[in-house]
Amino acid sequence: MTTLTISDLVVEHRSPGRPVVRAVAGASLTVSPGEVVGLVGESGCGKSTLARAVCGLHPAAEGEITFGGRPVSPLGLRRRELTAIQMVFQDPYASLNPRRRVGDQIADGLRTAGDTTTAPADLLERVGLPREFAGRHPHEFSGGQRQRIAIARALAARPSLLIGDEPISALDASAQSQVARLMRDLAVDSGAGLLFISHDLSVVRLIADRIAVMYLGKIVEVGRTEEVWADPKHPYTRALLGAIPQPDGLGVLPAELPGDVPDPADPPHGCRFHPRCPLVMDVCRVKEPDFGPVACWLHAPE
Amino acid sequence: MLDITDLRVTIGGRDILGGVDLSLRQGQVHGLAGESGSGKTMTGLAVLGLLPHGARATGSIALEGRDLLGLRPKELNRVRGGEIAMVFQDPATSLHPMLTIGRQLTEHMRHHLGLGRSEARSRAVELLAKVRIPGPEEAFGRYPHQFSGGMRQRIAIAIALACSPKVLIADEPTTALDVTVQAGVLRLLRGLCDDLGLAVLLVTHDLGVMSAVADEVSVMKDGLVVESGPRGQVLRTPSHPYTRSLLDSLPEAHAVPGESGQQSAGDGETA
Ligand SMILES: Nc1ncnc2c1ncn2[C@@H]1O[C@H](COP(=O)(O)OP(=O)(O)OP(=O)(O)O)[C@@H](O)[C@H]1O
Ligand SMILES: Nc1ncnc2c1ncn2[C@@H]1O[C@H](COP(=O)(O)OP(=O)(O)OP(=O)(O)O)[C@@H](O)[C@H]1O
Ligand SMILES: [Mg+2]
Ligand SMILES: [Mg+2]
Repeated sequence: MTTLTISDLVVEHRSPGRPVVRAVAGASLTVSPGEVVGLVGESGCGKSTLARAVCGLHPAAEGEITFGGRPVSPLGLRRRELTAIQMVFQDPYASLNPRRRVGDQIADGLRTAGDTTTAPADLLERVGLPREFAGRHPHEFSGGQRQRIAIARALAARPSLLIGDEPISALDASAQSQVARLMRDLAVDSGAGLLFISHDLSVVRLIADRIAVMYLGKIVEVGRTEEVWADPKHPYTRALLGAIPQPDGLGVLPAELPGDVPDPADPPHGCRFHPRCPLVMDVCRVKEPDFGPVACWLHAPE
Repeated sequence: MLDITDLRVTIGGRDILGGVDLSLRQGQVHGLAGESGSGKTMTGLAVLGLLPHGARATGSIALEGRDLLGLRPKELNRVRGGEIAMVFQDPATSLHPMLTIGRQLTEHMRHHLGLGRSEARSRAVELLAKVRIPGPEEAFGRYPHQFSGGMRQRIAIAIALACSPKVLIADEPTTALDVTVQAGVLRLLRGLCDDLGLAVLLVTHDLGVMSAVADEVSVMKDGLVVESGPRGQVLRTPSHPYTRSLLDSLPEAHAVPGESGQQSAGDGETA
């Protein structure tokens, strides 16, 4: 029932005296209950903007976001405790109040969920932190510790949809897979959906059922994780997977994507990826491939 | 270049660092990995004299012979941002929210290098382009919140490089970046070491990143360096169990993508 549906979403950032930035430029995506969707893409392509729009923190300029059939309405940050959607923000300081003890902040979430049996320290333990951390303030922690606290806080509220925006980027390799699996298990076991934004493709591969690849405000490829990993179709997806550095100790610098990072205030005509695409064709320069699951003229539906 | 010897840090009676030894050489990237909370960030902050309030540091941190732990605040100020620069784990720490990024870049250069307004501006735009901020001329006048998380991190890198430091401490500089942009930043860092002789301490938990750019690798656990050596040795034949456990948690997840024979689109273009 509580499926997240994003249809043709457009989100714009307006600031005085500057061109309008279409950070999300017509994106569609669904997250079903108990499903984990990994959202990946170039830095600045609009992932956080999309996630924040789902939480009601940015209005949709066009298109629609519904959760459980009802439109998501704009909400202030303070009221997010009341919603069934919880987000772990990219900047852990945005998820945590610097002036309150972390135990008290986790207790807020538990209260929202009407949970009277779990203690804040239990949740800290689940994300791999000592119980006595509950009495400390956010600034007393390392980057990775703060991220785990933000996760514990979001999980406490028992959301029906959990959004993690780079929730584990500061953890070491073994802790990353452990915490990512924990997020997956907690979401899936309670029937919640998980939208997991990460630059770490190996972690996304580990926990996501489906992967959505975003480029300059659009979803350019969606598919089952194993299929996208084994046989990436969009040239951008291929470049992305090809740039993962391997821990082989050989000192090989990964391949860079050629060309300039485009400006979302002034996107290229035709296919948004064409100026950087190694396989560009004439049609790509003039017409935008407006179809899925792979938005690329090489993979146009029959 | 920079020698850290027996660095110990305590905060409110708790031991944070228990005797760290590290040395950075000119033109080399020294990678620092390790458990979350093991003291990597604190090591970087100690070098810059930016430890949190109430922290006590002992041991020595020598930059070309001068002990930084013994410097007066004013002298340390001159070293920090000039000879030694840092990119923080959390870009919010490096950027002032109320100032345009152009102002933050140029003020730094005018203060430390004594450049004129227009000279500083053109160098700033050049740096923004180098870290691949789209539309650098226009970006110059924008505020930090108008950029994405990864862009803010790249702007922080540009600011750190603004005064041509001799030593750069980069704390997780690429974790907020996607892998293609990360590749660009790693190439940039590598290039600065090779061409300008920059010495870099690169804190990263990503062993792939470590493998791509680090010359030497050290691994921390519980406030101590538990293993240190050339990249190939530490990553291929680790001697400490923690390093081995880190590597063991990888292979399955790190299998090479696109195994169905597809060539990655980036290949051949930039290799
Ligand atoms: N202001 C503070 N007061 C007291 N303890 C602190 C403070 N800041 C950090 N610590 C503690 O110091 C230890 C080392 O922290 P540090 O930030 O150096 O870890 P790190 O290795 O950078 O970890 P991460 O990979 O998670 O960023 C941690 O156990 C942390 O809890
Ligand atoms: N408040 C704002 N005002 C103006 N432009 C903004 C604002 N916030 C974001 N942008 C712009 O919108 C675009 C998308 O930003 P967003 O933060 O969604 O990217 P992202 O995909 O999350 O990137 P990253 O991986 O670096 O976090 C970027 O070009 C950014 O500069
Ligand atoms: Mg983001
Ligand atoms: Mg740290």
